[in-house]
Amino acid sequence: MSRLKTIVRNQRGVQPLRGGHSLCQGCGIPMVARTVLSTIRQPVVVVNATGCLEVATTRFPSTAWNVPWLHVAFENAAAVASGVESAQRALRRRHALPAGQEVAVVVFAGDGGTYDIGLQALSGARERGHRFLFVCYDNEAYMNTGVQRSSATPFGASTTTSPAGLESFGKAQRRKDMTAIAIAHHVPYVAQAASTHWHDLSVKVERAVAADGPAFLNVLTDCPVGWGHEPQLSRRVIDAAVETCFWPLYEVVDSRYRLSYRPQHAPVEEWLGSQQRFAHLFRPGSEGLVRQIQDQVDAEWDALLARCDDAPA
Amino acid sequence: MSDVRLLTGGEAVAHAMRQVDPDVVPVYPITPQTPIIQTFAKLVADGQASTEIVNVESEHSAMSAAIGAALAGGRTMSATSSQGLALMAEVVYIAASMRAPIVMALGNRALSGPINIHCDHSDSMLIRDSGVVQLFAENAQEAYDLMVMAPRIAEDPRVLLPVLVCLDGFTITHSAEPVSLLPDDDVTRFVGPYSVPNAVLDTTSPTTQGPFAMPDYYFELRRQQAAALETALDVLEEVALDFERLSGRRNGALEAYRLEDATRALVALGSTAGTIKDVVDELRDEHELAGLLRLVSFRTFPTAAVAAALDECTHVAVLDRADSPGGTPPLHAELAAALYGSDVELTGHVYGLGGRDLHPSDVRAVFTGTPTPYLGLRGERCLV
Repeated sequence: MSRLKTIVRNQRGVQPLRGGHSLCQGCGIPMVARTVLSTIRQPVVVVNATGCLEVATTRFPSTAWNVPWLHVAFENAAAVASGVESAQRALRRRHALPAGQEVAVVVFAGDGGTYDIGLQALSGARERGHRFLFVCYDNEAYMNTGVQRSSATPFGASTTTSPAGLESFGKAQRRKDMTAIAIAHHVPYVAQAASTHWHDLSVKVERAVAADGPAFLNVLTDCPVGWGHEPQLSRRVIDAAVETCFWPLYEVVDSRYRLSYRPQHAPVEEWLGSQQRFAHLFRPGSEGLVRQIQDQVDAEWDALLARCDDAPA
Repeated sequence: MSDVRLLTGGEAVAHAMRQVDPDVVPVYPITPQTPIIQTFAKLVADGQASTEIVNVESEHSAMSAAIGAALAGGRTMSATSSQGLALMAEVVYIAASMRAPIVMALGNRALSGPINIHCDHSDSMLIRDSGVVQLFAENAQEAYDLMVMAPRIAEDPRVLLPVLVCLDGFTITHSAEPVSLLPDDDVTRFVGPYSVPNAVLDTTSPTTQGPFAMPDYYFELRRQQAAALETALDVLEEVALDFERLSGRRNGALEAYRLEDATRALVALGSTAGTIKDVVDELRDEHELAGLLRLVSFRTFPTAAVAAALDECTHVAVLDRADSPGGTPPLHAELAAALYGSDVELTGHVYGLGGRDLHPSDVRAVFTGTPTPYLGLRGERCLV
């Protein structure tokens, strides 16, 4: 069966995340949430960290969710999911749940709720081995509060708290390699994916849910408002991140690395040039910064390739 | 048949947890709570309870995991103290607003700084307005009793709020006393099966829990939550009556000790009541009309019952084991509100911060001598 048919079948006639929410035009988040949830065949519970997805889908008394959905705070989604998962384990052991398929627990958090304020709870949950899928929709800044820099914001990006100016070229620090941090927890499944590569994302979700233990997906997701691109260009922008090797698509299964897509290795200008947040890097005299970014991307790409056992040609 | 054992308050609480046998206990170590979770962990390790203990990486995550577990459909308990409660305070408020019936023991301890491990009630008072029930034990027996009663109060459909059972750090948590344990089966029957409306793990009828509420609904939701806390007082009395039938011990919202004809009364929370009762007995021997009003339930505050209990008194002195710098200490403020309009002479005294002992002579001075605002404080220069 084609992947698209699988996804439609798994929805069983009910979209897990309906329309009527207030996420922006061109926002990649609903695409990620729908691809993830529609790939999972078993019943799911969603735990959501505070952020765009939570705010825009649950304005009381309405909701866009057709699956059980739980939100507590910003920094603790992984801890809340630990509790849900532990309760399921306890209740199954005590035969206090109706027999049937195990309920899959899925966390959605932005990069703030993953890389920054949510990191401790996430790390603790991964170390304890709770079986749930943590999906970071990484749009590289605090978009919900108005585009402030996070530790996922890339070097050189202009945000409202790392603005480019006469004396500044935007964020002066490199982004944290969150996927590598997740891998360092020795969990059975970690992958990097991108919102527009939905087929690849869906395959990874299937593997993540089938993994015997904790799973982590870091999904690059565009934010037209924060990145400064037209909503209809989402696909082109995310594709540029992948094709330039800025955001390689790979997975790590039981510590074995596998590249899941072979990009063109296009020059980083294709990625940087697609968004207003990098526009200042193209001013005369900034050539060194673009070269610096290219060098960073190349070094990370080479290091990743060296770790991969298996790469598509 | 009663089973009397020599137990510390911490161990007594752990035995209540063994008998309740909750589904999930997320917990993080902190003095003076640790004897509770250590004792409980060993009981689980020995197969005497079958709880999933989640050894989380912080108290913030302990309360977060507790919300997840309780709303998922599992009976959930935890324990903490002091900085632990301060760290989880954000989530305690949310637990109350999400109506998660979590039961948590609180080994009361001073807040930093300076860092200190001994008892006062500043940790409880930090979350005074979080919307959770707070019950204060006088001794290990009562800590045990309240832990058995707490799930019934928390899980009552009219309440659905977290319940904290507060026991003074070290004075109760670490001091051994004879504690009468109920038979295991009695506790199982008393607490009954756990259920919450709209358990998250029930995927056949999905609900959205913890949504975003703007000015058009937030106020109403907060008011519903406050109303549930008000109702918790009636539920506490109902549960106390049931518990009395089972155990012969009555643990209601307050205890009036030799108060019937008292003209001078002290009001206090927690273990200090033991010292005060001794002084009241001495004064009674000297034909002084002294009495004590001990509050078990600080939240919900039994305002009407407090006013009625102190109706005949001419002098009421409130002992606060927490200060409110720049304002009126919390218990004193409650009493001032409860007794507003009466002609009683009300004084307030702060004592015992950071574990400072309260001597019987200090208590006697409040009853008979010149009262000072800070009992047991050294150095006149510290007094304003």
